[in-house]
Amino acid sequence: MSSGEKYLSAAYVVVLLTVLAYLLIHSLRLARLSRELGELTEQARAKAAADG
Amino acid sequence: MSTSSSNRSGVILAVATFVLLGGGIALALLWAPEDADQGPSQRIFYIHVPLALTAYACFFWGAWKGLRLLWTREERYDLEGYTAVHMGLIFGLLTLATGSIWAKISWGVWWSWGERQLVLFLILFLFYSAYFMLRYSLEPGASRANISAVYALLGVVLIPVSFLAIRLAENFIHPVVFTRDVQDNLPTEMLVTFCVCLAGMLALAATLYQNELLGKRLDERVRELREVLQ
Repeated sequence: MSSGEKYLSAAYVVVLLTVLAYLLIHSLRLARLSRELGELTEQARAKAAADG
Repeated sequence: MSTSSSNRSGVILAVATFVLLGGGIALALLWAPEDADQGPSQRIFYIHVPLALTAYACFFWGAWKGLRLLWTREERYDLEGYTAVHMGLIFGLLTLATGSIWAKISWGVWWSWGERQLVLFLILFLFYSAYFMLRYSLEPGASRANISAVYALLGVVLIPVSFLAIRLAENFIHPVVFTRDVQDNLPTEMLVTFCVCLAGMLALAATLYQNELLGKRLDERVRELREVLQ
């Protein structure tokens, strides 16, 4: 592989890795939101049971 | 927009991104002719320039949302503008990274402070990075939304300056690809590849923008729900 091809690969890999890192962060955030929503649903149910 | 039609448009956008960007990269690496002067490293052009143009488009979009916010006072434009600037920074960072790699192989240096077009893009990037510092230094509310919108609008002035600097620079290290002189323009294969890559990059930005906005809205609603329940 020539040095030009190495730099070419590096540029495309940097873009790919950044997009993958972004998707990983985004999926972690969605997992956290899903967990928090679950907790809030439990809280809302407990509150409704206590009120009713 | 209903949830199902929003989901459908999201899926269509994601598929379009995959097809256009995948096709564009395949064309760039396998079909486009090799540049006689630069050899294989010239193929960085097919992602570097679309990344830069997409970053400009995101910053424009953020400024447009800022203008809409100031015009209509609708709160939703604040989050939309913030998301657009966020996306612009990601694409801006990738522009700097790929440009730096290209500079190393073409000019032998990772960065040249003497090149005003590079420095102007860096200033634009840092200006919008400071948008986050400004935003997080203020209390959430109408005042923060207005100040952020004005800041995003001010930054948009730097975009034509940064774009035109490439054409107006006296020292032409940074190449000018699209000119009025037909003979100096790209060959058809290169132009087609570039257009597909640009469309793919814009579709990627739109997909990421849509998902990021969805995530930020969800975050906001969960926070509101917690406040209501406590």
